[in-house]
Amino acid sequence: MKALKIVLSVLVFGLVSAFTFNRVVTSGYEVGDKATDFKLKNIDDKMVSLSDYKDVKGYIVIFTCNHCPFAIAYEDRIIALDKKYKKLGYPVIAINPNNPEVQEKDSFELMKVRAKEKGFTFPYLFDEGQKIYPQYGATKTPHVYVLKKTKEGNIVKYIGAIDDNHTDETAVKVKYVENAVDALLKNKEVSVKMTKAIGCSIKA
Amino acid sequence: MKKLIFIVCLLVATVIYSQKNVQPIKVYELEGITVSSYDFEGLETFFKQKDDTIYIINFWATWCAPCIKELPYFEGIGKKYKEKNVKIILVSLDFPKKVETSLLPFIKRKKLVSDVIHLNDPDANSWIEKVNKGWSGAIPATIIYKNDDAAFYEQSFTYEELEKELLKMLNK
Repeated sequence: MKALKIVLSVLVFGLVSAFTFNRVVTSGYEVGDKATDFKLKNIDDKMVSLSDYKDVKGYIVIFTCNHCPFAIAYEDRIIALDKKYKKLGYPVIAINPNNPEVQEKDSFELMKVRAKEKGFTFPYLFDEGQKIYPQYGATKTPHVYVLKKTKEGNIVKYIGAIDDNHTDETAVKVKYVENAVDALLKNKEVSVKMTKAIGCSIKA
Repeated sequence: MKKLIFIVCLLVATVIYSQKNVQPIKVYELEGITVSSYDFEGLETFFKQKDDTIYIINFWATWCAPCIKELPYFEGIGKKYKEKNVKIILVSLDFPKKVETSLLPFIKRKKLVSDVIHLNDPDANSWIEKVNKGWSGAIPATIIYKNDDAAFYEQSFTYEELEKELLKMLNK
């Protein structure tokens, strides 16, 4: 009888945790949620966490990768974002969420190559084991999360696209990420908190 | 009498409206292969055809590895269920400048028989939710619809999975 009880409890616990896990994987963060910190390997082989940045006001976390044409189309704009906002307290933190066993062009070694070719000015981290992106709820590359650093933690203030035109930078009308960070810098409410863009599905 | 005139006018207007010809913004051509390019307004008409046909609409691009992998399954299903009023439409999201150099040669090389159209509407935030509220924007993505009944899938398919989802619609 006791054995049965134990078996039952294990089963129930297993089921509950399975569902909880699923929920986390499929939903991810919404604006207002507290974002998790992480410890991921950078292209200089050092580990990077958000908490390493002492004097910042927040972060522009971008899930991106080497192979995706949409991500490639945005590389120069990501560098520009970092150059503009790092000194204002919002550095870019790029994370490659893809599993190189599924997409070999997104290997850690090739991340180093791409970062050097393009002259990335920001950390380019590898989500080894694909553990961080599901917590954020990223589904594609590029996928941006603007976080504001507060006493309560890093709060998600914007989720979505960098701007409204991936094919032609000169035809961009609305710069979503810049508008969000500009508002935060002025202690104002972000007006467009969420946008959607086409991107490459994350290869897990 | 007045009422009758009104009804006739309404009917005529409806017919004209439903036949509103959607012009592609550009037609690409290479060695006998043509692909029409639409903005979202034009593309949307392909999602609203109420002719008892089951449409399987797949968003893809030539550079998208999981899309290319599942393409033969869409081709296969299209052939197998042709007589059952099933039609495949492949919506390419290739960059406009790549249509002539990548998309058209790809269609020729792979001998695609399904209809291929191209979507050129960079402001994706304005139309992604019009395709489906639940779509994050990742590709591949697929819609199976018949008249007002639609199902949306942000995922990759195997042949069997695709056939199973089609049969759900077919057996309704």
